[in-house]
Amino acid sequence: MATSLRCFLRSGKQAVLVVARRGIHRSPPAALQVTVRDALNQALDEELERDERVFLLGEEVAQYDGAYKISRGLWKKYGDKRIIDTPISEMGFAGIAVGAAMAGLRPICEFMTFNFSMQAIDQVINSAAKTYYMSAGLQAVPIVFRGPNGASAGVAAQHSQCFAAWYGHCPGLKVVSPWNSEDAKGLLKSAIRDDNPVVFLENELLYGVPFEMSEESQSKDFTVPIGKAKIERPGTHITLVSHSRYVGHCLDAAAVLAKEGIDCEVINLRTIRPLDVECIESSVMKTNHLVTVEGGWPQFGVGAEICARIMEGSAFNYLDSPVTRVTGVDIPMPYAKILEEHSLPQVKDIIFSVKKTLNV
Amino acid sequence: MLTNISSVLRACAQRNGAAAVVSARTYADFATQATFEIKKCDVHKLDEAPATQVVMTRDEGLQYYRTMQTMRRMELKADQLYKQKIIRGFCHLYDGQEACAVGIEASINLTDHLITAYRAHGYTFTRGGTVKEIMAELTGRRSGIAKGKGGSMHMYAKNFYGGNGIVGAQVPLGAGVALACRYKGTDELCVCLYGDGAANQGQIFETYNMAALWKLPVIFICENNRYGMGTSVERAAASTDYFKRGEFIPGLRVDGMDILCVREATRFAADHCRSGKGPILMELQTYRYHGHSMSDPGVSYRTRDEIQEVRSKSDPISLLKDRLLSNNMASVEELKEIDVEVRKEIEDAAQLATTDPEPPLEELCNHIFYNNPPIEVRGTNPWAKLKSLS
Repeated sequence: MATSLRCFLRSGKQAVLVVARRGIHRSPPAALQVTVRDALNQALDEELERDERVFLLGEEVAQYDGAYKISRGLWKKYGDKRIIDTPISEMGFAGIAVGAAMAGLRPICEFMTFNFSMQAIDQVINSAAKTYYMSAGLQAVPIVFRGPNGASAGVAAQHSQCFAAWYGHCPGLKVVSPWNSEDAKGLLKSAIRDDNPVVFLENELLYGVPFEMSEESQSKDFTVPIGKAKIERPGTHITLVSHSRYVGHCLDAAAVLAKEGIDCEVINLRTIRPLDVECIESSVMKTNHLVTVEGGWPQFGVGAEICARIMEGSAFNYLDSPVTRVTGVDIPMPYAKILEEHSLPQVKDIIFSVKKTLNV
Repeated sequence: MLTNISSVLRACAQRNGAAAVVSARTYADFATQATFEIKKCDVHKLDEAPATQVVMTRDEGLQYYRTMQTMRRMELKADQLYKQKIIRGFCHLYDGQEACAVGIEASINLTDHLITAYRAHGYTFTRGGTVKEIMAELTGRRSGIAKGKGGSMHMYAKNFYGGNGIVGAQVPLGAGVALACRYKGTDELCVCLYGDGAANQGQIFETYNMAALWKLPVIFICENNRYGMGTSVERAAASTDYFKRGEFIPGLRVDGMDILCVREATRFAADHCRSGKGPILMELQTYRYHGHSMSDPGVSYRTRDEIQEVRSKSDPISLLKDRLLSNNMASVEELKEIDVEVRKEIEDAAQLATTDPEPPLEELCNHIFYNNPPIEVRGTNPWAKLKSLS
């Protein structure tokens, strides 16, 4: 018995060595398919764990797991102190959140949709955005306001507005608008770690969409810098700039146009304020043509700002044609399906606009 | 004369193959009215309370029954159509709360005004919208009450100001309507509804203050169905005595599942307003069978047992039916006939609502401005110049 044991041990050790040589090496975690919802959930979970001053408040965020399930499981894990269900009192709880931030905590204030933030917008602008300036640096407000923004499906006029332009107008605020899961996770983590008020514009229609997340983005330290756009698809003939859901539309349009020999460069803004003008300018200096795409209304919108900035900068002289803005139609959002479809940019509208801009 | 009617009915019954028992009853057999003892309301800052002994006539009873049953079946049909994806977006159903809408309307006039939040299909009906118009609006078709442009939460009718999607926003609006009534010197009033969730909105307290200060003829009504989406009243409100939250405004707490209670309390409140005493607040204790909306199963924050208990013990339509039958005011068959008629009406409306075409694209940009010359509206790109008519 002892002999066989010795044999076994010997061969066992041998076996281990052999195996080690052959390499039960740990393969790097492969890219995963993760929905935007899960990416946001991970970001919240990781940041709550990392810093005990971080807490989440809003309607239905705790026991209901979130109106859109973004905060699923967090109340179970962190309890009443860190995940707080509020009454339907936006102005009140937004103000409470800002006050908590002033006193040293790091709140995440959820608006069930940004349409309801209008009820609290005074607190976002006058209490959060302007305070660091008004106090000449004495009082910081490290707060994140987050929630779904823009059109959904069939939710009609009062529930479909895009607030990128409204919040992007105000100095003192950072305004972020992620598209895919990496954006969502990395930017939310950055927003929470940022010592300034950040308006984090999500998109309901993207919540359930899975995107590939690189191995790097699965790390707890992964962040995406606020204020830097990303070139999702390099190209040479024309630049498409967009944010949130319409980045996907631009990529779809680019795929169709590629078959016709038109090579689009697609830029994902990621951040509305501060706007990465440099990225857009470099691209325009290469392609000489620019189309902006957004879901919001045209007047005083994100595209309008991009046009103005391009005109004011060095890239203007590289334009071979005026910038084209593709936007939502300048009307309140109708309910009927056919009308709603015609109220927002479709992929075919982007394709049409690209061709008109290129005069082909 | 009654004997003739009776033989005609008997003959009809036999022709239709109905059971012989039908022919035994005639209109003469039914009581034309009855007196009912109803629950006493809790009061706040009031010396009197609504009556507890009330009279309901047979005609009234049948009309309430038909209206509530129509609302019930309409909501259940909407549930079905939503699950078939023919209705999309938001859909907040009112089944369980019928006694509120019907009881309120029973004590006001169509010349009075009413505004509510998003759980509004029932009120659209009691305020004069037809089932066809309502269902076609839900399915987003051109014959919808808002031409398909509003959807579930944005239905309007004469003296009915919607249908409002932003929680609590309708309350100042309602007081504003009341201000207009007073300003114009009519004796009209405004019924202004909101839920237990909305009761914690700051703008409601601002409105209470101004309504009381200026003695506006507004009846604030809190439909307390115990849950604001997924949050029970205990978790949302430091005080769940919603009828007292108006503080300096007199209040009533009413059994919202009993149509006669609602009717009597509304009568009392309307008298109060019309006599120039200013606003009054009513809390209707009611219940919704469905979840908050069609995307909420409605069982994560309450038990199925609770829902079942309310359904079996306090259903407003059943309560009324029992009253009618046990007081000999109607027959089982008569009520069944109403059910059949209602079902048919709903089926026909649903049929229309699913076959009617969607609004034409020319409608897209219309109705931006009122009384305005035509304007050009920017489409999705600079070459899309769309037309907008008033």
